[in-house]
Amino acid sequence: MRDPLSKTIVTIQPSGIRKFFDIVSEMQDAISLGVGEPDFDTPWHIRDEGIFSLEKGRTFYTSNSGLKELKIEVTKYLERHYGLHYDYERETFITVGGSEAIDIALRAMLDPGDEVLIPQPSYVSYLPCTILANGTPVVINLKAENEFRLTAEELEAAITPKTKILIMPFPNNPTGAIMERKDLEAVAEIVKKNDLYVISDEIYSALTYTEEPHVSIASLPGMRERTIVINGFSKSHAMTGWRLGYACGPELILTQMLKIHQYAIMCAPTTSQYAAVAALRSGDEDVENMRQEYNGRRRYLLHRFREMGLECFEPFGAFYMFPCIKEFGMTSEEFATELLNAEKVAVVPGTAFGDCGEGFLRISYAYSLNSLKEAMDRIERFITKKREAASHGKA
Amino acid sequence: MREKILTFIEKNSRIDLKELAIVLGVDEAAVMNELEAMEQENIICGYHTLINWDKAGVEKVSALIEVRVTPQRGMGFDKVAERIYNYPEVNAVYLISGSYDLLVTIEGKTLREVSQFVSDKLSTLESVLSTQTNFILKKYKDHGTVMTEKTIDERIQMIP
Repeated sequence: MRDPLSKTIVTIQPSGIRKFFDIVSEMQDAISLGVGEPDFDTPWHIRDEGIFSLEKGRTFYTSNSGLKELKIEVTKYLERHYGLHYDYERETFITVGGSEAIDIALRAMLDPGDEVLIPQPSYVSYLPCTILANGTPVVINLKAENEFRLTAEELEAAITPKTKILIMPFPNNPTGAIMERKDLEAVAEIVKKNDLYVISDEIYSALTYTEEPHVSIASLPGMRERTIVINGFSKSHAMTGWRLGYACGPELILTQMLKIHQYAIMCAPTTSQYAAVAALRSGDEDVENMRQEYNGRRRYLLHRFREMGLECFEPFGAFYMFPCIKEFGMTSEEFATELLNAEKVAVVPGTAFGDCGEGFLRISYAYSLNSLKEAMDRIERFITKKREAASHGKA
Repeated sequence: MREKILTFIEKNSRIDLKELAIVLGVDEAAVMNELEAMEQENIICGYHTLINWDKAGVEKVSALIEVRVTPQRGMGFDKVAERIYNYPEVNAVYLISGSYDLLVTIEGKTLREVSQFVSDKLSTLESVLSTQTNFILKKYKDHGTVMTEKTIDERIQMIP
């Protein structure tokens, strides 16, 4: 029989820590801090709108680019929060989560051999999606000493004549890092100088904890025409299962992205789109309440880490902490496995998000304060024992 | 800061002072001062526990009683409200707009006990014109909390 598989797909590795994920899923009574989605239910008025649309029998396809009302609300939302201005007809369309938007943006822009700069640690899909789009991924290893922000120097050092796209994964999963205005300005200069395009994955934009709210790189001078802004409802409105996101950018690129979307997807789920209209029309307060709640948990975890002497920079975005465990002389996966077995706390090894995540753990605070307290007590007990064992070993 | 403190402890009054200060990102001494001041000023009127008595296996009967009264000259409704809220059986008394005047919630051990309170104590008050007793059959949600089974976390335990 002939090999049924594409040569490209077999080169793509399944997630390297799948083994660890399997162990976790088999352990019933573990406290997991490994979830990358909000613990809140979708606010009721949003769910209600989805239900209402079903009752009304709104179960047909929408136009390929999405409901007109939703596209209008999306552009208003981006204007109101981030000062971005997009035409809802030609520069905006609705996707199946941010993930689809990442995929089709890469497919619409890449030719074989084009290089895509991917700062890591970052979400797991950029690299395989680049390969599937015939591009060449080039990883930029972000550094803890820079609080995992991308610096102009790091960017410049990674650029070659083949570089076409820079992925901007901020606010960042897994580190919680953000890029503030001054950081983005420095990066934007290099992007413009080298004539690059940016795919800015801003799915966590509603969850930042600094005075100045999230800044979109597309709002900086000269960046709008070279940036695809990707966002969605999963993290901001606790709507992961609804699978709804959107892409905004220059018409020239969006038109081609829409072509792929049209043939591969048809349109985003109709029920979800109706619900999302309600989310944007009257959901700002829900988002703010959830943000406040996350912020309290973030402060609590940071305090506990400081107290137990676990090195961790203060993250200002998303709902993750990224503490360093290098002092224990174990790999992230070893540490996570041992922690799971000894104290039944599940965390994600930093290496799930790139090689430079070695020595770090991703800890999600999309959990109630009470669960976090219990988990922190267990982690503290675990590392105290580790440290004691180490000091006995030396003596 | 007061609003931040109140919003938080309204839902979680058992949090300790140190943790509250950490979560709110403010100084512990300042939180303590504000709490004390707000207790003094009767902004914080008490710390209670929300109990599902049905599950505890303890028989309790609650009723909402609509009361129509004659307001008293110079005192409005306050005087008669006071006469009602002083009874320990009475949980809450609200002045209500609409077709009646006071809404009184009562808790007792048995149906009989509650009815007796209404007929003996409440209806006989001079300014009370009429009462209508509505017994609570089931509590679905109380104080912003759904009283049914605790929901379990259905999320997949590990998601990148």
